[in-house]
Amino acid sequence: MTSNLPLYVLAAPLLTAFVVNLAGRFWRGSVAILSLGALLFSTISAVLVLQQVLTHGTIHYTVGGWQAPWGIELVIDPLAALMLALISVVALLATFSALASARQELPGREHLFFTLYLILISGLLGLAVTGDAFNLYVLLEITSITTYCLIAMGKGRAPLASFNYIIMGTIGACFYLLGVGYLYMLTGSLNMADIQSILPGMYGSISVATAFAFLLVGVWIKMAFLPLHGWLPNAYTLAPSSTSVLIAPLMTKVAVFLMIRIIFSIFSPDYAFFQHVGVQHLIVWAAALAILIASGLALAQTDLKRMLSYIIVAEVGYMVGGVWLANTAAMTGAILHIVNDALMTLCLFLAASAIVYRLGDSKLASMKGLYRRMPLTMAAFTIGAFSMIGVPPTAGFFSKWYLILGGIEAGSWAWVYVAALLISSLVNAVLFFRIIEIAYFQGGGEHGHSAEMPRQEACAWQLSPLLLSAVALLAIGLAAGPLVEHLIIPALPAGF
Amino acid sequence: MNIITSLLPVAAVGISLLGAIFIILANRRPNLRESVTLLIAVGKFLLVLGMLPTVLAGGGFVFTLAELIPGVPFQLRVDAMGMFFALVASFLWICTSIYSIGYMRALQEHDQTRYYASFAVAISATIGVAFSANLLTLYLFYEMLSLSTYPLVTHERNAEARVSGRKYLTYILGTSIGFALPAMLIVYAIAGTLDFTSGGILTGTGVSPGTVALLLVLFVAGFAKAGIMPFHGWLPAAMVAPTPVSSFLHGVAVVKVGVFSILRVIFDILGPDLLLSLDLGIALTYFVSVTILAASLIALTQDNLKRRLAYSTIGQLSYMILGAGMLSAAGMTGGLLHIAMHAFGKITLFFCAGAIYVASHKKYISEMDGLGRKMPITYFAFFLGSLSIIGMPPLGGFLSKWQLVIGAVQADQLVLVAVLLISSLLNAAYFFPIVYRGFFAPAKNGTEGDGFHEAPLWCLVPLTITALGSLILFFYPGTFLRLIQLALS
Repeated sequence: MTSNLPLYVLAAPLLTAFVVNLAGRFWRGSVAILSLGALLFSTISAVLVLQQVLTHGTIHYTVGGWQAPWGIELVIDPLAALMLALISVVALLATFSALASARQELPGREHLFFTLYLILISGLLGLAVTGDAFNLYVLLEITSITTYCLIAMGKGRAPLASFNYIIMGTIGACFYLLGVGYLYMLTGSLNMADIQSILPGMYGSISVATAFAFLLVGVWIKMAFLPLHGWLPNAYTLAPSSTSVLIAPLMTKVAVFLMIRIIFSIFSPDYAFFQHVGVQHLIVWAAALAILIASGLALAQTDLKRMLSYIIVAEVGYMVGGVWLANTAAMTGAILHIVNDALMTLCLFLAASAIVYRLGDSKLASMKGLYRRMPLTMAAFTIGAFSMIGVPPTAGFFSKWYLILGGIEAGSWAWVYVAALLISSLVNAVLFFRIIEIAYFQGGGEHGHSAEMPRQEACAWQLSPLLLSAVALLAIGLAAGPLVEHLIIPALPAGF
Repeated sequence: MNIITSLLPVAAVGISLLGAIFIILANRRPNLRESVTLLIAVGKFLLVLGMLPTVLAGGGFVFTLAELIPGVPFQLRVDAMGMFFALVASFLWICTSIYSIGYMRALQEHDQTRYYASFAVAISATIGVAFSANLLTLYLFYEMLSLSTYPLVTHERNAEARVSGRKYLTYILGTSIGFALPAMLIVYAIAGTLDFTSGGILTGTGVSPGTVALLLVLFVAGFAKAGIMPFHGWLPAAMVAPTPVSSFLHGVAVVKVGVFSILRVIFDILGPDLLLSLDLGIALTYFVSVTILAASLIALTQDNLKRRLAYSTIGQLSYMILGAGMLSAAGMTGGLLHIAMHAFGKITLFFCAGAIYVASHKKYISEMDGLGRKMPITYFAFFLGSLSIIGMPPLGGFLSKWQLVIGAVQADQLVLVAVLLISSLLNAAYFFPIVYRGFFAPAKNGTEGDGFHEAPLWCLVPLTITALGSLILFFYPGTFLRLIQLALS
């Protein structure tokens, strides 16, 4: 009874992208209606797919009826279904804000912008569900190339940042492709499940190790795992708000998901974590170091978006470390953190978008007195900040809880990771309270009775998704128990 | 013991959270706003009071709000110990609300809506801590209290408030994330639960003595609201806040939430028996003795009245930890009882300091010569409050100090007896001169006017009530003692 539902999720934004390009030339208003319509359709379908997967188990969908391993297969296991829902929900919320920002930043070019924007989203959705290693490469390139363009649409040095990203991103993609090439030579197959069934006989081979290393480093570049993060801060800061609000929450998280896919669907946890002695510990320590260094760099920033970008890099360290701790608690934490971090980053970047929309820039110094000027925006920002710090009952606390618990359970070698997580929480507290302090204390005068600033809230298009994401952070936090039980635990890859 | 599943504890915690929304909505109508504040204060006290008979009869209330982590729900539970603290806090909040109205209006303070709303959230968090059924719920409310008091501490929004606010968060939030959170996770990893269970949850888990010691250190350091040195620096700094905030939050709610959290951990997480077998209780008492003496000595040197009171608070808070650390019935009773006795005494003193500021705009003790003759009621209340803190009959403070001394004697720790007695002398040394100079010293530069000049009634009434409260508690401590007895059994 395989319905075509999974394909609808991907196809809706992809097909609409081209319609937007044409219709947007004649009628500006159609861009918003079409984009939102397509994404709403995707979101509903994705939620239905998730529900189906949770009740009936993994869906295997053969595209065009060509049987695997020759045809392309979509494998929607619970984790992929969760990603599908996450990506479509985040994209839908981000789009409201992006529409408002794009009208201001790219007047007259909205239809072009949203063509790429929608293709990017269908690429991301495709990455979540594909069961084919080479198809994954293609989708990776689709998302990357659209992202390069979307970033380059920014002002000033944005094209340069995009160029940097192209160089790094292409190297990453090449690494991934080389890895797939090795695997194809070894197994003669590109289908993940097929590769996985053939590989175990050759686990001793150095070629398999090479392939694994290439795949891993490839996705690490894509997810900006420090020290491979160099491209990210400039790209995310200089990109137009309408772009960063979509890519900041999703790109790195999808790359983390791909790492999990590689480990669990192409190789096996036994191979990845335990075949090569010492590698597991080394990667967790590297993740701890990444967290510490990125947090430190975030402290040095004077621009909101740039600071958030470094926090994203630190959060990547959280998730990489969590996956590589290789126990149930940490893996639960890592997957929960994919969800939470996507929403926290969305919330904070939506707030940043709203602030840029009103103030014209995102410098911390410009944010003086902002609690009076944009009280609702700042209220939502504060909730996002608390979630990043890890204050209960916001969502961020609970994923951090599982990650630290995983670190404690892993044994004494993982203490560096536990310490890094705690220190990073403290650094986040400093980072965000610095902003809260600037925005709370009145601009100009150092005394409380100075003249009041006029209230000037962000527009409804930006405010509503922002408030919704802030409420979601609280709701997810309070529903952490059932959420983990019914969504995250089933989504844990087999073997955990 | 019959535990009733009921929404009452949720209502007791939630009423002021809901009230905060109405306070914000009533932004432009001060009278309505203050009425809401008073209404929810009284409502909260009645809700707490309504649960008292059941608790006194040995029962309790419980309500699970959400499932957060396997084995650790977001759960409220009313037991004797929580009821004891909630009773004190919610009663004194009524007094503080009345006092706030007098103080804020007399000084024509700015941003009063934010002030009242933050205050309402803070009291919600305080009662939440009292009624928490497990450590995670307690931690949640603990952080909520830290964050909701930040706008109150920085109310003045000048350079000094900014620095104090930073110090406040660094100490409070920094220690709770840096120390209390990992300690909580270690306990969860060992025991698989965080429920407060009489006798502790670590006994029988085969936990090593080193780990227990580490946990105790992490928890004591992590709940920095208790003001144990070296994590006390935030409290004097926080005195930059308006006086009602200092009196309620930094005399009662915030600081005692710190003490309460540490006591909960000692009684219901680590367990007295486990600590006793490892001699960790005595180690803790010696450690806090340093704070008791040092804080009293520093208080002697302070000329700013509120700062002197702050250092006095730091010393007195450690009394409570001292009592708990003795791990004997008398010691633990004294420690818990001192929460209530000190609360009534210290809030009176802070109220008086605020009343003096409202009436005469004086902050420094050296400027207050002769002021007692103009403000006799305020000064008499101050006198009663200081007697209670020093521990003299017929005031409540005597009872708790008596129990503490008995506890120290029973534990054969004469050093601790000496610490308690020396500290009492020091308390007298830093309080009596204030009263003496107020009543008997000649006023400086001839400002002596005729007649009385007291603070407004809104300020005067609450401080009279709390001063009399200290007196009444000496004669009728029955309910509190019964609750403590239930909590320790």
